[in-house]
Amino acid sequence: MNIAVIIPLVVFLIAIFAIGFIASKKMNSSAGFLQDYFLGGRELGGFVLAMTMVATYGSASSFLGGPGTAYTVGFGWILLAMSQVVTGYFVLLILGKKFAILGRRYNAITMIDFLKARYNSPAVAILAAIAIIIFLFSAMTAQWVGGGRLIESLTGMQYTTALFIFAISVLVYVTIGGFRAVALTDAVQGAVMVVGTLILLIGVIIAGGGVPAIMQDLLNENPRLVTPFGADGSLSAAYVSSFWILVGVGVVGLPQMAVRAMSYKNARSMHRALIIGTIVTGFIMLNMHLIGIFARPILPGIEVGDKVIPLIALDVLPPWLAGIVLAAPMAAIMSTVDSLLLLVSSAIVKDVYLNFIKPEAPEKTVKRLSFGVTGILGIIVFLLALQPPDLLIFLNLFAFGGLEAAFIWPVVLGLYWKYGNKYGAIASMITGIVSYIALHFYNEAFGNLLGVHTVTFPVVLSLIAFIIGSLTVKRKAFIF
Amino acid sequence: MPKTQTNAPPTNHQQPPTDPRFKIAHREALIGVALAIFNFIWWFGFAYGLGSRPPEEYTYTFGLPDWFFYSCVIGFILMSVLVIIIVKFFLTEVSFEDEQQKEEGTPS
Repeated sequence: MNIAVIIPLVVFLIAIFAIGFIASKKMNSSAGFLQDYFLGGRELGGFVLAMTMVATYGSASSFLGGPGTAYTVGFGWILLAMSQVVTGYFVLLILGKKFAILGRRYNAITMIDFLKARYNSPAVAILAAIAIIIFLFSAMTAQWVGGGRLIESLTGMQYTTALFIFAISVLVYVTIGGFRAVALTDAVQGAVMVVGTLILLIGVIIAGGGVPAIMQDLLNENPRLVTPFGADGSLSAAYVSSFWILVGVGVVGLPQMAVRAMSYKNARSMHRALIIGTIVTGFIMLNMHLIGIFARPILPGIEVGDKVIPLIALDVLPPWLAGIVLAAPMAAIMSTVDSLLLLVSSAIVKDVYLNFIKPEAPEKTVKRLSFGVTGILGIIVFLLALQPPDLLIFLNLFAFGGLEAAFIWPVVLGLYWKYGNKYGAIASMITGIVSYIALHFYNEAFGNLLGVHTVTFPVVLSLIAFIIGSLTVKRKAFIF
Repeated sequence: MPKTQTNAPPTNHQQPPTDPRFKIAHREALIGVALAIFNFIWWFGFAYGLGSRPPEEYTYTFGLPDWFFYSCVIGFILMSVLVIIIVKFFLTEVSFEDEQQKEEGTPS
């Protein structure tokens, strides 16, 4: 492997370290340690807020899996990916100012704090904490595997060594810097993603002889590649549209997004983040997936989708530039992992330990515990990622869709519907997760029910459960 | 049905009537829903309206097939412009602190 490729990657990692270190110095205890460590003291500005949302959300799938699928399937998959533009404005507008105001009023640091206060129910909190710990822990480990594999394929190192480098990089800045370090490094990582995407797109278009020439090659190979229906005509409009729930509007229910929606400083930050977030999400999704399909005539016959981006970068760019560009998927994975790590840690420290085990713990204990839990979690994830157990891979399948089905209505209707109560919330969470897992098996065995993605029906069912639960058991209007 | 005394109208003797900031927040959430619906219709309409023709009939703009260009490229640019317009002209700046907790001076 070329040393010129590795140098930019190393520089990138060092820069991330430095930022994490600076952020940890900035920590002050005036707002209280917990608020500072897990929420950055609610002082995020517009740019950092937008970037941390984009970067948290844009994971390995946006940079490796998605473009790889576009390479195989064609323009239909870019159409599908573009349903994600909605996340850029939807999450912040829907949770919006009411979530920010209530978050402050309830002194909430996690999404679970909000749910607990809104529904006045420890049962809701413990159920939510369990769901987050199990599902996001699995999702995080899967991403670590991706990060290790990426370093392995770029540098030719052993998987274990690669994973170790990845783990140390993430662990150090998350553990010492907390949310502020995560958000700041996310901002840098987001910028790396934008620049990397742009460079690679230009490189691919030049290598392919211009867009019309590439398009002609695609048409000659298989005209269906340029239709919305996929290379074999199997992408139906209903299936592609159902991704609007999974990767579009449903993202409102993801805890790692919700926590960001109460971390910003003021209305002005939120307004700026709306604009920046929409533009950056759209830019990355559109161009990254275009790169995937444009790569097809240039490098035909790649079997493993995840390898398309690394291979095309090495093929069309000079090595040092490829190194810079390949820092982008690296950045995407790191920025997702760091957010999940901190979120799982906050669920354990704040939502379980402080809520149920020792509410009166002194600040010093809480501090040591937060650093400790974050660090230990990271080490466990590292050990699991060395040889991922089947159960973990299994749980990861449900992570995002399952959490969306569980949380979307308790959060959204908890904010906007005064009759929403804890019975509705509990019914909705259980219905969402159980029906998601059940439907997953049904779809695997018999093909997608009505041709849409698994997430669709559980989201509808959990809505029905929420409404029925709230209206039939101890109905009472909530005063905000 | 257990609705003996719980069904009384909301008691607002200890709580002020609805926080005016929530009215703003509700309006802005509805704007978000409207934007998403518009976004979906635009995306779906051009993609499957134009894209369902046989590929030989597609025309190309900047080398991209027309359905894709209008649905995804123009759609994305249009949404960005709409978000900018809405942020500049329709969103209201409010304070997130509750009145009684507010300190004198501006929080740093």
